[in-house]
Amino acid sequence: MQNYSFDDTHIIDMPLEKAMTTENLQVFYGDNHAMHDATLAFPRYRITALIGASGSGKSTYLRCLNRMNDRIATVKGKIMYRDTDINSKDINVYEVRKHISMVFQRPNPFAKSIRENITFALKRNGIKDKTELNKRVEESLKAAALWDEVKDDLDKSALALSGGQAQRLCIARCVAMKPDILLLDEPASALDPISTAKIEETLQLLRKNYSIIIVTHNMQQASRIADYTAFFHMGHVLEYDKTEKIFTNPQIKATEDYISGNFG
Amino acid sequence: MNSKTSNNIATGVIYALVAAVIGILVFLLGYILWTGIPHISWHFLTSAAQSFRAGGGVRDQLFNSMYLLVLTLIISFPIALGSGIYLSEYAPNNWFTGLIRTAVEVLSSLPSVVVGLFGYLLFVIQFNMGFSILAGAIALTFFNLPLLTRSIEESLQDVSQLQREAGLSLGLSRWKTITGIVLPAAVPGILTGIILSAGRVFGEAAALIYTAGQSAPTVNYGDWNPVDPASFLNPLRPAETLAVHIWKLNTEGVTPDAAAISSGASAVLIVVILLFNLLARMLGNWMYKKMTATR
Repeated sequence: MQNYSFDDTHIIDMPLEKAMTTENLQVFYGDNHAMHDATLAFPRYRITALIGASGSGKSTYLRCLNRMNDRIATVKGKIMYRDTDINSKDINVYEVRKHISMVFQRPNPFAKSIRENITFALKRNGIKDKTELNKRVEESLKAAALWDEVKDDLDKSALALSGGQAQRLCIARCVAMKPDILLLDEPASALDPISTAKIEETLQLLRKNYSIIIVTHNMQQASRIADYTAFFHMGHVLEYDKTEKIFTNPQIKATEDYISGNFG
Repeated sequence: MNSKTSNNIATGVIYALVAAVIGILVFLLGYILWTGIPHISWHFLTSAAQSFRAGGGVRDQLFNSMYLLVLTLIISFPIALGSGIYLSEYAPNNWFTGLIRTAVEVLSSLPSVVVGLFGYLLFVIQFNMGFSILAGAIALTFFNLPLLTRSIEESLQDVSQLQREAGLSLGLSRWKTITGIVLPAAVPGILTGIILSAGRVFGEAAALIYTAGQSAPTVNYGDWNPVDPASFLNPLRPAETLAVHIWKLNTEGVTPDAAAISSGASAVLIVVILLFNLLARMLGNWMYKKMTATR
Protein backbone atom coordinates (compact mmCIF):
# COMPACT_ATOMS: atom_id res chain seq x y z
CA MET A 1 0.00 0.00 0.00
CA GLN A 2 1.14 3.49 -0.79
CA ASN A 3 2.29 5.53 2.19
CA TYR A 4 0.41 8.72 2.81
CA SER A 5 1.54 11.37 5.25
CA PHE A 6 -0.63 11.58 8.32
CA ASP A 7 0.41 15.22 8.84
CA ASP A 8 -1.09 16.27 5.57
CA THR A 9 -4.71 16.87 6.55
CA HIS A 10 -7.59 19.06 5.52
CA ILE A 11 -10.24 19.48 8.20
CA ILE A 12 -12.68 22.37 7.99
CA ASP A 13 -14.11 24.32 10.90
CA MET A 14 -17.80 23.56 11.19
CA PRO A 15 -19.68 26.72 10.17
CA LEU A 16 -23.11 25.38 11.22
CA GLU A 17 -24.60 24.79 14.65
CA LYS A 18 -22.79 21.83 16.19
CA ALA A 19 -24.47 18.67 17.46
CA MET A 20 -21.33 17.22 19.01
CA THR A 21 -17.58 17.46 18.71
CA THR A 22 -14.58 15.33 19.55
CA GLU A 23 -11.22 16.74 20.61
CA ASN A 24 -8.05 14.70 20.24
CA LEU A 25 -9.95 11.45 20.50
CA GLN A 26 -7.63 8.47 20.77
CA VAL A 27 -8.50 4.79 21.00
CA PHE A 28 -6.28 1.97 22.22
CA TYR A 29 -7.00 -1.74 22.04
CA GLY A 30 -4.41 -2.87 24.56
CA ASP A 31 -1.15 -1.72 22.96
CA ASN A 32 -2.72 -1.19 19.59
CA HIS A 33 -3.20 2.51 18.93
CA ALA A 34 -6.31 2.31 16.74
CA MET A 35 -7.33 5.97 16.52
CA HIS A 36 -5.06 9.01 16.58
CA ASP A 37 -6.13 12.50 17.61
CA ALA A 38 -9.49 12.75 15.89
CA THR A 39 -10.82 16.29 16.19
CA LEU A 40 -14.12 16.68 14.39
CA ALA A 41 -17.30 18.76 14.78
CA PHE A 42 -20.64 17.38 13.58
CA PRO A 43 -23.41 19.68 12.35
CA ARG A 44 -26.90 19.65 13.84
CA TYR A 45 -29.77 18.30 11.66
CA ARG A 46 -27.42 17.17 8.92
CA ILE A 47 -26.06 13.84 7.79
CA THR A 48 -22.33 13.31 8.18
CA ALA A 49 -20.69 10.31 6.56
CA LEU A 50 -17.52 8.64 7.79
CA ILE A 51 -15.77 6.86 4.93
CA GLY A 52 -12.55 4.92 4.59
CA ALA A 53 -11.19 1.45 3.92
CA SER A 54 -11.77 -1.52 6.23
CA GLY A 55 -9.69 -1.10 9.35
CA SER A 56 -9.38 2.66 8.92
CA GLY A 57 -10.92 3.23 12.36
CA LYS A 58 -14.24 4.74 11.27
CA SER A 59 -16.42 2.24 13.15
CA THR A 60 -14.12 2.35 16.18
CA TYR A 61 -14.48 6.12 16.17
CA LEU A 62 -18.28 5.99 15.81
CA ARG A 63 -18.65 3.56 18.69
CA CYS A 64 -16.83 6.00 20.97
CA LEU A 65 -19.47 8.64 20.42
CA ASN A 66 -22.03 6.91 22.66
CA ARG A 67 -19.52 5.03 24.77
CA MET A 68 -20.14 1.62 23.16
CA ASN A 69 -16.38 1.02 23.38
CA ASP A 70 -16.51 0.97 27.16
CA ARG A 71 -15.02 -2.28 28.44
CA ILE A 72 -13.62 -3.00 24.95
CA ALA A 73 -11.06 -0.26 24.39
CA THR A 74 -9.42 2.66 26.16
CA VAL A 75 -10.70 5.96 24.84
CA LYS A 76 -8.79 9.18 25.56
CA GLY A 77 -9.65 12.74 24.64
CA LYS A 78 -12.82 14.74 24.85
CA ILE A 79 -16.27 14.09 23.41
CA MET A 80 -18.26 17.28 23.84
CA TYR A 81 -22.03 17.13 23.79
CA ARG A 82 -24.11 20.04 25.09
CA ASP A 83 -21.07 21.56 26.81
CA THR A 84 -20.33 18.34 28.68
CA ASP A 85 -17.45 15.96 28.14
CA ILE A 86 -19.34 12.66 27.89
CA ASN A 87 -16.07 10.74 27.79
CA SER A 88 -15.38 11.56 31.44
CA LYS A 89 -15.57 8.81 34.04
CA ASP A 90 -18.43 10.13 36.17
CA ILE A 91 -20.87 10.43 33.26
CA ASN A 92 -23.98 8.22 33.35
CA VAL A 93 -23.46 6.28 30.11
CA TYR A 94 -27.04 5.01 30.05
CA GLU A 95 -28.27 8.59 30.05
CA VAL A 96 -25.81 9.45 27.25
CA ARG A 97 -27.18 6.62 25.11
CA LYS A 98 -30.73 7.90 25.51
CA HIS A 99 -29.56 11.06 23.73
CA ILE A 100 -27.12 9.45 21.34
CA SER A 101 -28.49 6.19 19.97
CA MET A 102 -26.88 3.65 17.67
CA VAL A 103 -28.00 1.39 14.82
CA PHE A 104 -25.65 -1.47 14.00
CA GLN A 105 -24.33 -3.11 10.87
CA ARG A 106 -26.40 -6.26 11.20
CA PRO A 107 -30.10 -5.83 11.98
CA ASN A 108 -30.54 -6.91 15.61
CA PRO A 109 -34.23 -6.85 16.50
CA PHE A 110 -35.07 -8.30 19.90
CA ALA A 111 -36.74 -11.72 19.99
CA LYS A 112 -40.03 -10.00 20.75
CA SER A 113 -43.03 -8.69 18.83
CA ILE A 114 -42.64 -5.67 16.58
CA ARG A 115 -44.56 -3.56 19.07
CA GLU A 116 -42.50 -4.81 22.02
CA ASN A 117 -39.28 -4.05 20.17
CA ILE A 118 -40.23 -0.41 20.26
CA THR A 119 -42.00 -0.21 23.61
CA PHE A 120 -39.54 -2.32 25.62
CA ALA A 121 -36.99 0.41 26.26
CA LEU A 122 -39.74 3.03 26.66
CA LYS A 123 -41.46 1.01 29.36
CA ARG A 124 -38.18 0.42 31.16
CA ASN A 125 -37.72 4.17 31.15
CA GLY A 126 -40.99 4.78 32.89
CA ILE A 127 -43.49 5.40 30.10
CA LYS A 128 -46.50 3.30 31.13
CA ASP A 129 -49.39 5.10 29.45
CA LYS A 130 -50.94 2.85 26.76
CA THR A 131 -51.99 5.65 24.43
CA GLU A 132 -48.58 7.30 24.67
CA LEU A 133 -46.88 3.98 23.91
CA ASN A 134 -49.14 3.32 20.93
CA LYS A 135 -48.52 6.84 19.69
CA ARG A 136 -44.76 6.36 19.92
CA VAL A 137 -45.01 3.03 18.07
CA GLU A 138 -46.94 4.60 15.21
CA GLU A 139 -44.80 7.74 15.04
CA SER A 140 -41.49 5.93 15.08
CA LEU A 141 -42.56 3.31 12.54
CA LYS A 142 -43.79 6.09 10.25
CA ALA A 143 -40.52 7.96 10.72
CA ALA A 144 -38.65 4.82 9.70
CA ALA A 145 -40.99 4.33 6.69
CA LEU A 146 -42.08 0.94 8.00
CA TRP A 147 -45.60 1.66 9.25
CA ASP A 148 -47.48 0.75 6.06
CA GLU A 149 -45.73 -2.60 5.82
CA VAL A 150 -46.27 -3.75 9.39
CA LYS A 151 -49.25 -1.88 10.80
CA ASP A 152 -51.44 -5.00 10.75
CA ASP A 153 -48.72 -7.26 12.19
CA LEU A 154 -47.54 -5.28 15.20
CA ASP A 155 -47.98 -8.23 17.54
CA LYS A 156 -46.12 -10.68 15.34
CA SER A 157 -42.51 -11.61 16.04
CA ALA A 158 -39.95 -9.15 14.75
CA LEU A 159 -37.73 -12.08 13.82
CA ALA A 160 -40.03 -12.80 10.86
CA LEU A 161 -39.20 -9.47 9.19
CA SER A 162 -36.89 -9.27 6.17
CA GLY A 163 -33.39 -7.89 6.70
CA GLY A 164 -34.32 -4.45 5.38
CA GLN A 165 -37.51 -4.27 7.42
CA ALA A 166 -35.66 -5.44 10.53
CA GLN A 167 -33.06 -2.72 10.06
CA ARG A 168 -35.76 -0.07 9.70
CA LEU A 169 -37.37 -1.46 12.85
CA CYS A 170 -34.03 -0.98 14.61
CA ILE A 171 -34.00 2.61 13.40
CA ALA A 172 -37.60 3.07 14.59
CA ARG A 173 -36.65 1.59 17.95
CA CYS A 174 -33.98 4.27 18.36
CA VAL A 175 -36.23 7.04 17.08
CA ALA A 176 -38.97 6.11 19.58
CA MET A 177 -36.58 7.03 22.39
CA LYS A 178 -36.48 10.55 20.87
CA PRO A 179 -32.72 10.83 20.89
CA ASP A 180 -30.85 13.83 19.65
CA ILE A 181 -28.22 12.14 17.56
CA LEU A 182 -28.42 8.90 15.57
CA LEU A 183 -25.24 6.94 14.96
CA LEU A 184 -25.40 4.35 12.19
CA ASP A 185 -22.63 1.81 11.66
CA GLU A 186 -22.84 0.64 8.02
CA PRO A 187 -26.61 0.16 8.41
CA ALA A 188 -27.12 -1.02 4.83
CA SER A 189 -24.07 -3.16 4.24
CA ALA A 190 -25.92 -6.42 4.95
CA LEU A 191 -28.90 -5.45 2.77
CA ASP A 192 -29.90 -5.71 -0.88
CA PRO A 193 -30.06 -2.59 -3.13
CA ILE A 194 -33.82 -2.09 -2.75
CA SER A 195 -33.67 -2.25 1.04
CA THR A 196 -30.64 0.02 0.95
CA ALA A 197 -32.58 2.60 -1.06
CA LYS A 198 -35.39 2.45 1.50
CA ILE A 199 -32.95 3.00 4.35
CA GLU A 200 -31.50 5.99 2.54
CA GLU A 201 -34.98 7.46 2.03
CA THR A 202 -35.64 6.92 5.72
CA LEU A 203 -32.48 8.79 6.64
CA GLN A 204 -33.45 11.70 4.42
CA LEU A 205 -36.75 11.91 6.30
CA LEU A 206 -35.07 11.70 9.70
CA ARG A 207 -32.54 14.40 8.81
CA LYS A 208 -35.17 17.08 9.55
CA ASN A 209 -35.28 16.22 13.24
CA TYR A 210 -32.08 14.36 14.00
CA SER A 211 -28.37 14.83 13.63
CA ILE A 212 -27.11 11.74 11.87
CA ILE A 213 -23.60 10.32 11.71
CA ILE A 214 -23.23 7.33 9.43
CA VAL A 215 -20.30 5.05 8.76
CA THR A 216 -20.36 3.63 5.25
CA HIS A 217 -17.95 1.85 2.95
CA ASN A 218 -20.22 2.65 0.05
CA MET A 219 -19.01 5.89 -1.51
CA GLN A 220 -22.07 6.33 -3.71
CA GLN A 221 -24.15 6.15 -0.59
CA ALA A 222 -22.08 8.82 1.12
CA SER A 223 -22.31 11.10 -1.90
CA ARG A 224 -26.09 10.54 -2.20
CA ILE A 225 -27.11 11.23 1.36
CA ALA A 226 -24.40 13.02 3.34
CA ASP A 227 -24.01 16.77 3.78
CA TYR A 228 -20.50 16.42 5.20
CA THR A 229 -17.99 13.62 4.80
CA ALA A 230 -14.90 12.65 6.76
CA PHE A 231 -12.24 10.41 5.27
CA PHE A 232 -10.47 8.02 7.64
CA HIS A 233 -7.18 6.29 6.89
CA MET A 234 -5.28 3.94 9.21
CA GLY A 235 -6.63 5.49 12.38
CA HIS A 236 -6.29 9.09 11.24
CA VAL A 237 -8.87 11.55 9.95
CA LEU A 238 -7.22 12.97 6.87
CA GLU A 239 -9.96 15.06 5.33
CA TYR A 240 -13.28 16.53 6.44
CA ASP A 241 -15.36 18.84 4.31
CA LYS A 242 -18.69 19.25 2.55
CA THR A 243 -19.55 16.06 0.71
CA GLU A 244 -19.48 17.60 -2.77
CA LYS A 245 -16.03 19.05 -2.08
CA ILE A 246 -14.74 15.67 -0.95
CA PHE A 247 -16.05 13.92 -4.03
CA THR A 248 -15.34 16.57 -6.69
CA ASN A 249 -12.31 18.40 -5.39
CA PRO A 250 -10.51 16.52 -2.61
CA GLN A 251 -7.57 18.38 -1.10
CA ILE A 252 -5.58 15.36 0.04
CA LYS A 253 -3.90 12.80 -2.21
CA ALA A 254 -5.12 9.84 -0.09
CA THR A 255 -8.75 10.96 -0.34
CA GLU A 256 -8.48 11.45 -4.07
CA ASP A 257 -6.97 7.99 -4.54
CA TYR A 258 -9.59 6.39 -2.33
CA ILE A 259 -12.63 7.90 -4.02
CA SER A 260 -11.23 7.27 -7.49
CA GLY A 261 -10.44 3.68 -6.64
CA ASN A 262 -6.64 3.93 -6.93
CA PHE A 263 -6.19 2.96 -3.36
CA GLY A 264 -3.96 0.19 -2.06
CA MET B 1 -7.85 -44.61 -1.67
CA ASN B 2 -9.70 -41.81 -3.37
CA SER B 3 -11.73 -39.20 -1.50
CA LYS B 4 -15.02 -40.79 -2.49
CA THR B 5 -14.17 -44.16 -0.91
CA SER B 6 -12.80 -42.56 2.25
CA ASN B 7 -15.94 -40.46 2.49
CA ASN B 8 -18.09 -43.56 2.16
CA ILE B 9 -16.11 -45.37 4.83
CA ALA B 10 -16.33 -42.40 7.22
CA THR B 11 -20.07 -42.11 6.65
CA GLY B 12 -20.48 -45.85 7.19
CA VAL B 13 -18.54 -45.74 10.47
CA ILE B 14 -20.59 -42.78 11.72
CA TYR B 15 -23.86 -44.51 10.84
CA ALA B 16 -22.70 -47.68 12.59
CA LEU B 17 -21.83 -45.76 15.75
CA VAL B 18 -25.17 -43.95 15.76
CA ALA B 19 -26.94 -47.27 15.21
CA ALA B 20 -25.06 -48.73 18.20
CA VAL B 21 -26.15 -45.85 20.45
CA ILE B 22 -29.76 -46.08 19.31
CA GLY B 23 -29.65 -49.87 19.59
CA ILE B 24 -28.51 -49.80 23.21
CA LEU B 25 -31.11 -47.17 24.07
CA VAL B 26 -33.96 -49.02 22.37
CA PHE B 27 -32.92 -52.29 24.00
CA LEU B 28 -32.79 -50.79 27.49
CA LEU B 29 -36.02 -48.81 27.18
CA GLY B 30 -37.77 -51.69 25.50
CA TYR B 31 -36.65 -54.18 28.13
CA ILE B 32 -37.67 -51.97 31.06
CA LEU B 33 -41.05 -51.09 29.56
CA TRP B 34 -41.69 -54.66 28.32
CA THR B 35 -41.09 -56.21 31.71
CA GLY B 36 -42.59 -53.35 33.71
CA ILE B 37 -45.74 -52.17 31.98
CA PRO B 38 -47.77 -55.38 32.62
CA HIS B 39 -47.38 -54.71 36.36
CA ILE B 40 -48.61 -51.14 36.22
CA SER B 41 -52.23 -50.67 37.15
CA TRP B 42 -54.32 -47.98 38.77
CA HIS B 43 -54.07 -49.94 41.99
CA PHE B 44 -50.27 -50.07 41.68
CA LEU B 45 -50.03 -46.29 41.31
CA THR B 46 -52.47 -45.38 44.04
CA SER B 47 -51.78 -47.75 46.91
CA ALA B 48 -49.07 -47.77 49.56
CA ALA B 49 -46.10 -50.12 49.51
CA GLN B 50 -46.31 -53.37 51.47
CA SER B 51 -43.39 -54.66 53.50
CA PHE B 52 -44.26 -58.35 53.74
CA ARG B 53 -47.38 -59.07 51.71
CA ALA B 54 -47.81 -59.03 47.95
CA GLY B 55 -49.87 -56.44 46.14
CA GLY B 56 -48.11 -53.26 47.29
CA GLY B 57 -48.01 -50.08 45.21
CA VAL B 58 -45.70 -47.11 44.78
CA ARG B 59 -48.01 -44.18 45.54
CA ASP B 60 -45.86 -42.59 48.23
CA GLN B 61 -42.57 -43.24 46.46
CA LEU B 62 -43.87 -41.67 43.26
CA PHE B 63 -45.08 -38.61 45.10
CA ASN B 64 -41.84 -38.37 47.12
CA SER B 65 -39.75 -38.44 43.94
CA MET B 66 -41.72 -35.58 42.43
CA TYR B 67 -41.80 -33.56 45.62
CA LEU B 68 -38.06 -34.01 46.02
CA LEU B 69 -37.52 -32.89 42.43
CA VAL B 70 -39.61 -29.77 42.97
CA LEU B 71 -37.82 -28.92 46.22
CA THR B 72 -34.41 -29.50 44.65
CA LEU B 73 -35.27 -27.21 41.75
CA ILE B 74 -36.62 -24.55 44.10
CA ILE B 75 -33.30 -24.57 45.95
CA SER B 76 -30.91 -25.01 43.04
CA PHE B 77 -32.50 -23.00 40.23
CA PRO B 78 -32.10 -19.52 41.80
CA ILE B 79 -28.50 -20.26 42.77
CA ALA B 80 -27.68 -21.67 39.35
CA LEU B 81 -29.42 -18.78 37.59
CA GLY B 82 -27.44 -16.25 39.60
CA SER B 83 -24.10 -17.94 39.06
CA GLY B 84 -24.89 -18.64 35.40
CA ILE B 85 -25.65 -14.95 34.82
CA TYR B 86 -22.51 -13.98 36.68
CA LEU B 87 -20.27 -16.35 34.73
CA SER B 88 -21.76 -15.46 31.37
CA GLU B 89 -22.30 -11.72 31.71
CA TYR B 90 -20.19 -10.26 34.46
CA ALA B 91 -17.21 -12.49 35.24
CA PRO B 92 -13.93 -11.05 33.98
CA ASN B 93 -11.74 -13.53 32.15
CA ASN B 94 -9.14 -14.18 34.86
CA TRP B 95 -7.79 -16.92 37.14
CA PHE B 96 -10.59 -16.47 39.66
CA THR B 97 -13.30 -17.13 37.08
CA GLY B 98 -11.28 -20.11 35.90
CA LEU B 99 -11.18 -21.36 39.48
CA ILE B 100 -14.97 -21.06 39.79
CA ARG B 101 -15.47 -22.99 36.54
CA THR B 102 -13.09 -25.74 37.67
CA ALA B 103 -14.82 -25.95 41.04
CA VAL B 104 -18.18 -26.30 39.32
CA GLU B 105 -16.82 -29.10 37.14
CA VAL B 106 -15.25 -30.95 40.07
CA LEU B 107 -18.53 -30.69 41.94
CA SER B 108 -20.32 -32.40 39.05
CA SER B 109 -17.94 -35.35 39.08
CA LEU B 110 -18.23 -36.12 42.80
CA PRO B 111 -19.41 -39.71 43.36
CA SER B 112 -22.99 -39.67 44.58
CA VAL B 113 -22.24 -41.97 47.51
CA VAL B 114 -19.72 -39.43 48.78
CA VAL B 115 -22.24 -36.63 48.50
CA GLY B 116 -24.80 -38.84 50.24
CA LEU B 117 -22.51 -39.59 53.17
CA PHE B 118 -21.48 -35.96 53.40
CA GLY B 119 -25.15 -34.97 53.50
CA TYR B 120 -25.77 -37.62 56.12
CA LEU B 121 -23.01 -36.35 58.42
CA LEU B 122 -23.69 -32.66 57.95
CA PHE B 123 -27.44 -32.29 57.53
CA VAL B 124 -28.93 -35.43 58.98
CA ILE B 125 -26.64 -35.69 62.05
CA GLN B 126 -24.94 -32.34 62.62
CA PHE B 127 -27.86 -30.07 61.72
CA ASN B 128 -30.27 -32.50 63.27
CA MET B 129 -32.56 -32.61 60.26
CA GLY B 130 -32.97 -36.36 60.49
CA PHE B 131 -33.67 -38.39 57.35
CA SER B 132 -35.76 -35.85 55.48
CA ILE B 133 -36.80 -34.64 52.06
CA LEU B 134 -35.04 -31.35 52.80
CA ALA B 135 -31.70 -33.05 53.51
CA GLY B 136 -32.17 -35.06 50.31
CA ALA B 137 -33.00 -31.97 48.31
CA ILE B 138 -29.90 -30.16 49.56
CA ALA B 139 -27.70 -33.15 48.74
CA LEU B 140 -29.21 -33.34 45.26
CA THR B 141 -28.64 -29.61 44.83
CA PHE B 142 -24.92 -30.46 44.89
CA PHE B 143 -25.41 -32.58 41.77
CA ASN B 144 -27.82 -30.24 40.21
CA LEU B 145 -25.88 -27.00 40.56
CA PRO B 146 -22.98 -27.79 38.21
CA LEU B 147 -25.19 -29.09 35.41
CA LEU B 148 -27.68 -26.29 35.77
CA THR B 149 -25.10 -23.52 36.14
CA ARG B 150 -23.22 -24.73 33.08
CA SER B 151 -26.30 -25.02 30.92
CA ILE B 152 -27.64 -21.62 31.97
CA GLU B 153 -24.25 -20.04 31.32
CA GLU B 154 -24.07 -21.66 27.90
CA SER B 155 -27.62 -20.73 26.92
CA LEU B 156 -26.90 -17.11 27.82
CA GLN B 157 -23.64 -17.21 25.85
CA ASP B 158 -25.56 -18.48 22.83
CA VAL B 159 -27.61 -15.29 22.70
CA SER B 160 -25.95 -13.05 20.12
CA GLN B 161 -23.73 -10.23 21.35
CA LEU B 162 -25.72 -8.00 18.98
CA GLN B 163 -28.75 -8.31 21.27
CA ARG B 164 -26.77 -6.97 24.21
CA GLU B 165 -25.41 -4.10 22.14
CA ALA B 166 -28.93 -3.31 20.95
CA GLY B 167 -30.17 -3.06 24.52
CA LEU B 168 -27.23 -0.98 25.71
CA SER B 169 -27.41 1.39 22.76
CA LEU B 170 -30.99 2.23 23.72
CA GLY B 171 -29.80 3.45 27.09
CA LEU B 172 -30.85 0.35 29.01
CA SER B 173 -28.63 -0.66 31.90
CA ARG B 174 -26.75 -3.94 31.68
CA TRP B 175 -29.05 -5.51 34.24
CA LYS B 176 -32.18 -4.51 32.33
CA THR B 177 -30.62 -5.72 29.10
CA ILE B 178 -29.78 -9.09 30.64
CA THR B 179 -33.10 -9.67 32.38
CA GLY B 180 -35.34 -8.19 29.68
CA ILE B 181 -33.64 -9.21 26.46
CA VAL B 182 -30.93 -11.85 26.91
CA LEU B 183 -32.67 -14.04 29.47
CA PRO B 184 -35.98 -14.41 27.58
CA ALA B 185 -34.08 -15.32 24.43
CA ALA B 186 -32.21 -18.00 26.38
CA VAL B 187 -35.33 -19.66 27.83
CA PRO B 188 -35.38 -22.73 25.54
CA GLY B 189 -31.76 -23.55 26.35
CA ILE B 190 -32.25 -23.03 30.06
CA LEU B 191 -35.26 -25.32 29.99
CA THR B 192 -33.28 -28.06 28.30
CA GLY B 193 -30.77 -27.73 31.12
CA ILE B 194 -33.49 -28.08 33.73
CA ILE B 195 -34.86 -31.18 32.01
CA LEU B 196 -31.44 -32.82 31.85
CA SER B 197 -30.71 -32.13 35.49
CA ALA B 198 -34.21 -33.19 36.52
CA GLY B 199 -33.67 -36.60 34.94
CA ARG B 200 -30.56 -37.00 37.04
CA VAL B 201 -32.39 -35.98 40.23
CA PHE B 202 -35.29 -38.28 39.50
CA GLY B 203 -33.09 -41.29 38.97
CA GLU B 204 -30.65 -40.67 41.83
CA ALA B 205 -30.61 -43.27 44.59
CA ALA B 206 -27.20 -43.55 46.28
CA ALA B 207 -27.13 -40.02 47.65
CA LEU B 208 -30.70 -40.29 48.91
CA ILE B 209 -30.32 -43.50 50.88
CA TYR B 210 -28.33 -41.57 53.47
CA THR B 211 -30.25 -38.30 53.34
CA ALA B 212 -33.92 -38.72 52.46
CA GLY B 213 -33.96 -42.18 54.01
CA GLN B 214 -35.45 -45.52 53.07
CA SER B 215 -38.79 -45.37 54.77
CA ALA B 216 -42.05 -44.04 53.40
CA PRO B 217 -44.25 -43.27 56.40
CA THR B 218 -47.94 -42.99 55.76
CA VAL B 219 -48.81 -39.39 55.08
CA ASN B 220 -52.09 -37.59 54.86
CA TYR B 221 -52.63 -36.26 51.31
CA GLY B 222 -55.45 -34.06 52.53
CA ASP B 223 -53.27 -32.18 55.00
CA TRP B 224 -51.91 -29.09 53.25
CA ASN B 225 -50.09 -27.65 56.25
CA PRO B 226 -46.38 -28.14 55.53
CA VAL B 227 -45.33 -27.87 59.19
CA ASP B 228 -47.69 -30.62 60.33
CA PRO B 229 -45.65 -33.87 60.72
CA ALA B 230 -48.37 -35.93 59.06
CA SER B 231 -48.69 -33.64 56.04
CA PHE B 232 -47.57 -34.90 52.65
CA LEU B 233 -45.92 -31.49 52.14
CA ASN B 234 -43.82 -31.62 55.29
CA PRO B 235 -40.20 -31.29 54.06
CA LEU B 236 -38.75 -32.67 57.30
CA ARG B 237 -40.27 -36.14 57.05
CA PRO B 238 -38.27 -39.10 55.77
CA ALA B 239 -39.14 -40.01 52.22
CA GLU B 240 -38.19 -43.02 50.17
CA THR B 241 -38.15 -42.16 46.48
CA LEU B 242 -38.96 -44.40 43.55
CA ALA B 243 -35.30 -45.00 42.69
CA VAL B 244 -34.43 -45.83 46.31
CA HIS B 245 -37.46 -48.13 46.46
CA ILE B 246 -36.23 -50.03 43.42
CA TRP B 247 -32.80 -50.39 44.98
CA LYS B 248 -34.30 -51.58 48.29
CA LEU B 249 -36.60 -54.12 46.66
CA ASN B 250 -33.66 -55.62 44.82
CA THR B 251 -31.33 -55.78 47.83
CA GLU B 252 -33.47 -56.50 50.85
CA GLY B 253 -37.01 -56.82 49.54
CA VAL B 254 -38.93 -59.59 51.30
CA THR B 255 -42.30 -59.19 49.63
CA PRO B 256 -43.12 -62.20 47.42
CA ASP B 257 -43.68 -59.95 44.40
CA ALA B 258 -40.54 -57.80 44.85
CA ALA B 259 -39.30 -58.46 41.31
CA ALA B 260 -42.64 -57.51 39.77
CA ILE B 261 -42.90 -54.31 41.79
CA SER B 262 -39.33 -53.41 40.97
CA SER B 263 -40.02 -53.86 37.23
CA GLY B 264 -43.22 -51.86 37.47
CA ALA B 265 -41.55 -49.09 39.46
CA SER B 266 -38.70 -48.91 36.91
CA ALA B 267 -41.19 -48.53 34.08
CA VAL B 268 -43.05 -45.82 36.02
CA LEU B 269 -39.76 -44.01 36.59
CA ILE B 270 -38.92 -44.04 32.88
CA VAL B 271 -42.40 -43.00 31.82
CA VAL B 272 -42.48 -40.12 34.31
CA ILE B 273 -39.11 -38.85 33.09
CA LEU B 274 -40.33 -39.04 29.47
CA LEU B 275 -43.53 -37.20 30.37
CA PHE B 276 -41.55 -34.60 32.26
CA ASN B 277 -39.38 -34.11 29.19
CA LEU B 278 -42.35 -33.63 26.90
CA LEU B 279 -44.19 -31.31 29.26
CA ALA B 280 -41.14 -29.18 29.91
CA ARG B 281 -40.48 -28.88 26.20
CA MET B 282 -44.06 -27.85 25.49
CA LEU B 283 -43.97 -25.39 28.33
CA GLY B 284 -40.68 -24.01 27.01
CA ASN B 285 -42.04 -23.49 23.51
CA TRP B 286 -45.14 -21.86 24.90
CA MET B 287 -43.11 -19.55 27.14
CA TYR B 288 -40.74 -18.67 24.31
CA LYS B 289 -43.63 -17.78 22.02
CA LYS B 290 -45.26 -15.81 24.79
CA MET B 291 -42.10 -13.84 25.45
CA THR B 292 -40.93 -13.31 21.90
CA ALA B 293 -44.23 -12.18 20.46
CA THR B 294 -47.59 -11.43 21.93
CA ARG B 295 -49.11 -14.11 19.76
